[in-house]
Amino acid sequence: MKDVKKRSLPVNSASTSSIDFTGPNGPKPKRVFSTRNIVVYGFLILAAMYYLLPLYVMVVTSLKGMPEIRMGNIFSPPMEITFEPWVKAWDSACTGLYCEGLKVGFWNSVQILIPSTVISIVIASVNGYALSFWRFKGSEIFFTILLFGAFIPYQVLIYPLVIILRETGLFSSLAGVTLVHVIFGMPILTLLFRNYFASVPVELFKAARVDGAGFWRIFGQIMLPMSLPIFIVAIIIQITGIWNDFLFGVIYAGTKNFPMTVQLNNIVNSTQGVKEYNVNMAATLLTAALPLFVYFVSGKLFVRGIAAGAVKG
Amino acid sequence: MSSVSINDLSLSFGNVEVLKSLNLDVAEGEFLVLLGPSGCGKSTLLNCIAGLLDVSAGQIFINGKNVTWEEPKDRGIGMVFQSYALYPQMTVEKNLSFGLRVARLPKDEIRKRIDRAAEILQIQELLKRKPAALSGGQRQRVAIGRALVRDVDVFLFDEPLSNLDAKLRTDLRVELKRLHQRLGNTMIYVTHDQIEALTLADRIAIMKDGLIQQLDSPKTIYNRPDNRFVAGFIGSPGMNFIQGSLAFIDDSWFFQSRDLSVSLATYPFTQQPIEGAPVEFGLRPEHVLIGQNVADLPVQLNLDIELVEPMGADTVAWSQLSGTSFTLRVDSDTALSSGQRILAGFDPVRASVFLSDSGIRL
Repeated sequence: MKDVKKRSLPVNSASTSSIDFTGPNGPKPKRVFSTRNIVVYGFLILAAMYYLLPLYVMVVTSLKGMPEIRMGNIFSPPMEITFEPWVKAWDSACTGLYCEGLKVGFWNSVQILIPSTVISIVIASVNGYALSFWRFKGSEIFFTILLFGAFIPYQVLIYPLVIILRETGLFSSLAGVTLVHVIFGMPILTLLFRNYFASVPVELFKAARVDGAGFWRIFGQIMLPMSLPIFIVAIIIQITGIWNDFLFGVIYAGTKNFPMTVQLNNIVNSTQGVKEYNVNMAATLLTAALPLFVYFVSGKLFVRGIAAGAVKG
Repeated sequence: MSSVSINDLSLSFGNVEVLKSLNLDVAEGEFLVLLGPSGCGKSTLLNCIAGLLDVSAGQIFINGKNVTWEEPKDRGIGMVFQSYALYPQMTVEKNLSFGLRVARLPKDEIRKRIDRAAEILQIQELLKRKPAALSGGQRQRVAIGRALVRDVDVFLFDEPLSNLDAKLRTDLRVELKRLHQRLGNTMIYVTHDQIEALTLADRIAIMKDGLIQQLDSPKTIYNRPDNRFVAGFIGSPGMNFIQGSLAFIDDSWFFQSRDLSVSLATYPFTQQPIEGAPVEFGLRPEHVLIGQNVADLPVQLNLDIELVEPMGADTVAWSQLSGTSFTLRVDSDTALSSGQRILAGFDPVRASVFLSDSGIRL
């Protein structure tokens, strides 16, 4: 026989009357000006100013006339606001031989951006869906090769692509540069979509198959409606990447089809005459406007997209 | 005629053999439960029947038709998944009708079938809602409805209640049993929960390592397990196993261990026993009795209680016998405390004797 220790348990609440109820109660008070807050927010404000200062200088300079710029106070706000540099940058600045401003480059960029984004995302989403759900013999190897493609330096492929485009007659055309963008976007986008679809419960796919849906119907009616967030991510990646591209544009597009970034370079680096800093700044801001706009708009859409797709069992 | 028939079915993933030449016949209108530990191949078998996995060898017949190479939709099955697998962007009504719309059924026929399913499952007021606005129990009901509208002969359930909380699981279990009584369809149900298996099944197939260990009624499985694995798997708290050997004394067989000698004169042997063979003597905790009833029992023994676990409806007491832990299940009104010595008894007719090496029932 073993000894069992007797324990005493509180029998009723009368024993609590001896507890001292004064002292801390409820949420712990927080001090606004604690050392921690000052250090954290102080650093954040400094860092934000460091990054925003160049943008401020650009905006301010683009609104000044040349005489004011020559006075050299780059941080002072404009004494007389003028939109002349913006108009010139858009309409009549010289980009090499032509003096038609950035607007030509803008429309070229739009013509490159839209088909490249749409085609690459359409193909990559189907790729990702097939690789996640319709495993075929060798699909893992295919995926590994595709992944490897994401790590090959662009420079290695530039010359071979020049030859391929020349032979197919696509060199120096919008179609050619679009094709290049679609190809180079494929590995990373496919990876993105595959990983997203891999997180979709496979039972959903099985249920749809039992219901008799095939490859395209499951993609169109089940998977697409629930993948809005990842489409938005893909669109952001493609729009900023393709719009900001300089290398492919200057190599494959041809003189007449130069995108905005290449024309911006031509404006800023033209060596004839006076350096018009205000026009250069305005041209740079115009070129950067679209990625900036996408950034400000997409933040909200991104969150909304994620919330709309988030239905888990 | 059998409703589902599986003939020498094998399935391998690479070098891993998940199902090994498995044979199974499910009668029409039968509720068959596939029960086993994780990784035993029970869900894989169900996926093969559904046509969601291609088999490596063998055949599958549903309603006498060879469906081994058929698409899932052409097999005459409906399936319910553990995670419900409702289409998140469609309303309940669209979820139910998806398969019918794919099959291009006329609108009024779809309407009729949805109304019937909604009435049976009591989900009429949920039809316009989306899955996100439903509770777990309601979602699972909709998932069952999606199988119901397909008007099929065979229902496949893949652990449908595992994601629900304990209370709902019990409620839905009863509803499923009612549904089976009302519809009379063949149902194949995969679970790892033995209570679900015992309560729902007409027959249970216990699986381990891709093989069916025993296929029998819940009662037989529980009281006459075919082997040591089935005996240990079914029952909670588990069966007591005492190591010992067989002896033949005075024209009668005895089980002998350190603290125990039990006459097996009344034990229904299914195989010829061998003298001196090492065996395990299995006894369910609730078959050990205490109190006044003990006097009439053939075997009596003294036990020192070490630990008492009150479970509400009954109480489990832990003790030691022949060097292994020994549990007994008694009425919750019985006053037991650790350190107490009690007299207990049992009838060897209710015991199970297994060969130690092969685990086969004697």
